[in-house]
Amino acid sequence: MSLSFQDLILTLHRYWGAQGCVILQPYDMEMGAGTFHPATVLRALGSDAWRAAYVQPCRRPTDGRYGENPNRLGHYYQYQVVLKPSPDELQGLYLGSLTEIGIDPLKHDIRFVEDDWESPTLGAWGLGWEVWCDGMEVTQFTYFQQVGGFECKPVTGELTYGLERLAMYIQGVDNVFDLKFNDAGVTYGDVFLENEREMSAYNFEVADTDALFDLFRKAASECERCLEAKLPIPAYEQAIKASHVFNTLQARGVISVAERQAYIGRVRDLAKAACGAWLERAA
Amino acid sequence: MADFLLELLSEEIPARMQAKARNELARLFAECTGEAGLSTGAIDVFSTPRRLALIARDVAEATEASREEVKGPRTSAPQQALEGFLRKSGLAKDQLEERNGVYFAVIERAGRPASEILGDTIRRIVADFAWPKSMRWGDGSLRWVRPLHSIVAILGEEIVPVEIDGIVSGATTVGHRFHHPGDITIGGASDYVEKLRACHVILDQEERERLIREGTEGAAAAAGLTLLPDEALVVENAGLTEWPVPLIGRFDADFLDVPREVIVLTMRTNQKYFACTNDEGLLAPAFVCVANIAANDGGEAIAQGNARVLAARLADAGFFWEQDLKVPLESQAKKLDGIVFHEKLGTVAGKVERVAKLARWLVESGVVKADPNQVELAARLAKADLVTGMVGEFPELQGVIGGYLAKAQGKPQAVANAIRDHYGTPSEPASVAVALADKLDTICAFFSIDQKPTGSKDPFALRRSAITSIELIVSNGLRLALTEAVRGSLANRAGSTADVALAHRLDKTASEILDFFADRLKVQQREAGIRHDLIDAVFALGGEDDLVRLLARVSALQAFVETDDGSDLLTGFKRAANILKKEGWTGPQVMSSAEEQGIPQTGEEDPLVLVEEPGLKEAVAEMASGHAGADLPEEKALITALDAAEPKASTAIDAEDFTGAMAALASLRRPIDDFFDHVTVNDTDSAKRERRLNLLMRFRDAVNQVADFSRIEG
Repeated sequence: MSLSFQDLILTLHRYWGAQGCVILQPYDMEMGAGTFHPATVLRALGSDAWRAAYVQPCRRPTDGRYGENPNRLGHYYQYQVVLKPSPDELQGLYLGSLTEIGIDPLKHDIRFVEDDWESPTLGAWGLGWEVWCDGMEVTQFTYFQQVGGFECKPVTGELTYGLERLAMYIQGVDNVFDLKFNDAGVTYGDVFLENEREMSAYNFEVADTDALFDLFRKAASECERCLEAKLPIPAYEQAIKASHVFNTLQARGVISVAERQAYIGRVRDLAKAACGAWLERAA
Repeated sequence: MADFLLELLSEEIPARMQAKARNELARLFAECTGEAGLSTGAIDVFSTPRRLALIARDVAEATEASREEVKGPRTSAPQQALEGFLRKSGLAKDQLEERNGVYFAVIERAGRPASEILGDTIRRIVADFAWPKSMRWGDGSLRWVRPLHSIVAILGEEIVPVEIDGIVSGATTVGHRFHHPGDITIGGASDYVEKLRACHVILDQEERERLIREGTEGAAAAAGLTLLPDEALVVENAGLTEWPVPLIGRFDADFLDVPREVIVLTMRTNQKYFACTNDEGLLAPAFVCVANIAANDGGEAIAQGNARVLAARLADAGFFWEQDLKVPLESQAKKLDGIVFHEKLGTVAGKVERVAKLARWLVESGVVKADPNQVELAARLAKADLVTGMVGEFPELQGVIGGYLAKAQGKPQAVANAIRDHYGTPSEPASVAVALADKLDTICAFFSIDQKPTGSKDPFALRRSAITSIELIVSNGLRLALTEAVRGSLANRAGSTADVALAHRLDKTASEILDFFADRLKVQQREAGIRHDLIDAVFALGGEDDLVRLLARVSALQAFVETDDGSDLLTGFKRAANILKKEGWTGPQVMSSAEEQGIPQTGEEDPLVLVEEPGLKEAVAEMASGHAGADLPEEKALITALDAAEPKASTAIDAEDFTGAMAALASLRRPIDDFFDHVTVNDTDSAKRERRLNLLMRFRDAVNQVADFSRIEG
């Protein structure tokens, strides 16, 4: 029997826990990708070794489809693994995790297809692949080269599994809301369909844009205050907040193409400054 | 002599980089061994997603020993000279030889064993390899395209020892990632390829390409379909697989409602699949993918999985298509006023308005024969698809989507085609009008805000636009007065944005644009094998802005100057022009010259207008013709020939029969040759001299009617 959504997570936890990863719980802030978690961004900086794995809920307001699209969600989960320094056998370890969750590499076609990763809001980039399983992208595999504008030395290897996609594949389900969440009859739709409807309505129609613009400004200035107080972690949290507010403003369609670059640049400056402060404190 | 094998095993190398990487490997190897003086036979390079390999045949065992003598300063030379020589040669004073009062540095190099040189070569290959992007990994500092894992380096049967950042060369590699995950030991260049094959790795990319080409065709044929050939996709798939296995899959025929281009592009770009057609050439609901394993269930799960992924993607595309179909293009076009074309040039809606006007003018002025209302409609809708969901997802389908939507929304075929084709170089009249108007407007608009291409900078691809415009004009034989079109377009731009300054600068900007077109035309024609001096010769006539006529003239000229008649006539022309220049001859000398009357001369004056004396006009005309008092038969013959050729050439030029005009000039070849052979121009009799100079001038001007022959080389 194929793994339920929650067993998929538990299997990955056991597997990566055995590789010496700290199994963390989701960060308690809204963010667009698991990479934003301080356990990835901040820990990728500096010389200390680090291994962690965690699930991170990701909010992408523009991807919301009111629960009507079988493949798109405004809120979904990523499974994130970071290993620093990246071990020589990282690809092998990753492939081991696929076997563990029931994907037989002699029955399924697993491929590493070029995909260079870049996050303009984090001032970060790396090289790697998207991993395909029978033509479906199931994981983003990246060797970080820079974060917050700083060289990564040693290099962190990052694996980001798209949990819903992976589960849909393993369970042979065509609609994300039909995924079995557990083995007791609860589906993903039971848990999240109403959430998708309401959050889509909020993000696209209801969110108070004036309040959001205000929130963006406040997060930015709070970030700067934290930087002055030499507190990189709270400063970084405010950068994450500004980033999410910006994403919501985009979903509301109130940011023009020209302004978009300016907002991204603002978030990047905040994130970079926080990363710089983190490095300084560690030194 | 022995064969050398090098394998650099890494994590997956991007498919698009592999061809260049093979060349780079061969280049660096040849360069390093060449510099070291190590001789090798043929070099073959290979790549798979995980490895770059090189086999060099017949590598010498060692380099030859060498002895080099360098002469230094005299022993009596100052100390600085000696010091300089020691620095240069890297020797100490007591290592120098002294002969007849002169120092010599003798540098002896022992032959170096091949293994040592190959070790250095590998180090340099890894250090100097030019990847488009490289990276670090772990806690090392080495850079490679992706983490480098191992190096196999074997000369004959011996390992070439080398260590790079902790990676020690050896004879061990791995086979296929899933079929043979364990280590395999290579004996050398002789068994490498076959050992890999036994472990499910086909080393030679060309063999994988062939397998993919034939296998994908075969898979389609077995299902009664025809594969849409796509060589780039063959190469890409060969770069993604070590053991390619083509598999056919199906998708729901309902998706075929989505435009064919969208389906093919989704399959190709996002999934690397080949598309298939049925007997009637229509897209079939099937695809061929290339797996990297011989799956234990025969590939069933892989084909199914890929089909599901494709279905999800096509469902997405289908959703956008359904949404886009519901919105009339007219409504989409209105949204273009929210899209900035360029900060100083307003919105895309503004551009569309200008293009619509210009396109209509092209029809109404007779340049393009089409229905003006259809052309204007097409121009107004041409950019509307930029705001559709479909083009948002697939930007490369701009135009194509608009064309489909126009047709689906009941627009005339000519309008739909014009929308579809206006980004390229179409030949249907309505499409030509929209395409040309679009490009001319872009060029004029950017020139009007002084955004001209300079050097290597051409951010708005104006050179491309000009070349496309020229192609549109020439290949469709459009009789367009370019000056008028450019001025109209600029005035249009000035009017649409109430740009008064532009209106004032219009003359200057228009002439800049025409010069820009002239330059582009030369570049484009040079590529087509037309001599640039001939283009110059025609341009020098001035006032020609009808590109079709201009090129007809150039091509007749090129054909002519390459004949014996043409090259002889050119020689005669140059001789005549030289004499006239040397003598400073400007025309018949009558009464007071223009200079004497205080009129500045430009050299273009018609000598006849200066003459007002009744009766004199005819006399001077006769002088200029050279008729008056011609005495030698060769003079008379040239006059007769000119009398016949001039009107023929003029008539032919008026009729745009440039070949005819050239033929008329060809008749002057023999008479001018004879003239130079038998007539002395600089006769002591000044009347004769003057008459003959006038005759030469008449000859020169006759020839210059067709082109400025002085610009022609040779």
